[in-house]
Amino acid sequence: MTILEATGLTITLDGQPLVRDVSFGLAARDRVGLIGESGSGKSLTALALLGLLPPGMRTSGRILIDGEDHLGATDRQWRRVRGRTVSIVFQEPLTALDPLMPVGRQIAGPLRLHQGLNRSDAERRAIEWCDRVHLPDPARLVRALPHELSGGQRQRVALAMALACRPRLLIADEPTTALDVTVQAQILTLLDELIEETGVGLLFISHDLPVVAGVARHLLVMRNGRLVESGPVDDVLRRPRSDYARQLIASAAKVTRLARPSLQGEDR
Amino acid sequence: MNDPILSGHQLTRRFPGRTHPALDGVDITVRPGISLGIVGESGAGKTTLLRQLLGVDRPTSGEIRFAGQPLDRVRHREFRRQVQVVFQDPRSSLNPRMPVASIVAEPLRSLRIGTDRAARAERVAEVLTAVGLRPEDGRRYPHEFSGGQRQRIAIARALAPAPRILLADEPVSALDVSVRLQIIDLLRDLVDRLGLTLVLVSHDLAIVSQLCQEVLVMRHGRVVERGPTADVLNNPAHEYTRALLAAIPQLPLDLEEP
Repeated sequence: MTILEATGLTITLDGQPLVRDVSFGLAARDRVGLIGESGSGKSLTALALLGLLPPGMRTSGRILIDGEDHLGATDRQWRRVRGRTVSIVFQEPLTALDPLMPVGRQIAGPLRLHQGLNRSDAERRAIEWCDRVHLPDPARLVRALPHELSGGQRQRVALAMALACRPRLLIADEPTTALDVTVQAQILTLLDELIEETGVGLLFISHDLPVVAGVARHLLVMRNGRLVESGPVDDVLRRPRSDYARQLIASAAKVTRLARPSLQGEDR
Repeated sequence: MNDPILSGHQLTRRFPGRTHPALDGVDITVRPGISLGIVGESGAGKTTLLRQLLGVDRPTSGEIRFAGQPLDRVRHREFRRQVQVVFQDPRSSLNPRMPVASIVAEPLRSLRIGTDRAARAERVAEVLTAVGLRPEDGRRYPHEFSGGQRQRIAIARALAPAPRILLADEPVSALDVSVRLQIIDLLRDLVDRLGLTLVLVSHDLAIVSQLCQEVLVMRHGRVVERGPTADVLNNPAHEYTRALLAAIPQLPLDLEEP
């Protein structure tokens, strides 16, 4: 069943459209990848789905969450959605985490807010979640501050925080872009494991086609604020219909290709 | 085998307050005409090594040699003329208040290359053309250009004194994939056309594989593997190199270029 549906979503700033007429839906167990280059409007789309657009931006169209239009929802209505129905993880967990609060309390926070757990139950649950995201020595780690963790560990904390209240949708906005490639591989494995276990629907946003193609089953391609292509990952990769998708795939294939040159440079 | 043009011997660099050295006994040899890639993840010491090769940071112990001479015995102007650099983010490496022509002419002025303004202007037009920009773009300011074009400007500036070695620190990491491809093509073309030797620092083995004949894999301040790029990729000897290769996300094989 569809949990979230955007229809004709348009975002404008000072009358300039930044996102135009974007429509797609997300259901439990969906794995949707949203790809685009910088300025394509992919991150704005994500923020709009959580009512987090910066002030001054105007939206039109519809954002149905469990059948209810949230386009003009109040802050109070959005707070009931965020973390509980739809959660988000960002590229740089250091900016999403409070630098002065131990990470355990940050995971516990939404549990107390949304599930009404008392402090000790919420903190116990935070330790369980640290264990589920394979952080070492969870009982001790919950007392650490974000800067005491590595980048990969912080992204594990952000995932625990996002999933602790059992949301039905997870939006991941470039969640591995700031990480080293070996750490990225570990986080992608963890993400895969968590979405299989929890059944959470995934919207994975990235500029990195090989990464998205590895995670998603359905692919959305955005350019200049418009959705230019949508389809199963394999179809889009092999039979792109738009010129832009074709070009993007060709560039990505070239850029990520491991060339194996000979020592004589002239041979190229 | 060509004599090394730039080399580092047992380079160690310690920073105050850090328990582990950023560089720990690194040997590196750059030979003319053989582009070299330095790969590794964050904290591996890649950028620290590049700064040593550029002569802007000194090793705690060890020695940099240029054309067979210890670096402190080489005339600074001669060294700067021969060894130039391009950084990752062209937004922060270009002075926003200067027109592009002045930015590109800057190394010519500071190294006192070119007899007069007219000669310099001619050289500026030449290198702007070489990187795929127009001479008249020199009148415009950095903010009027896209990220990829700004990286072209940074490359033009580095090429202005006609260096033999171009050091590049993650030159395409900040760029979108289609633009990245263009800059890779440009670098490859410049290497071929101008006989430049590229020393490329990158976390991205794919890009290194496309531009460099030799590669050096670093981890925790040490070189864990080195050799011809083809050998290292086809037959990685070190466990870390294998892990690095396995972690690279790849598109389905049959989509790739032949």
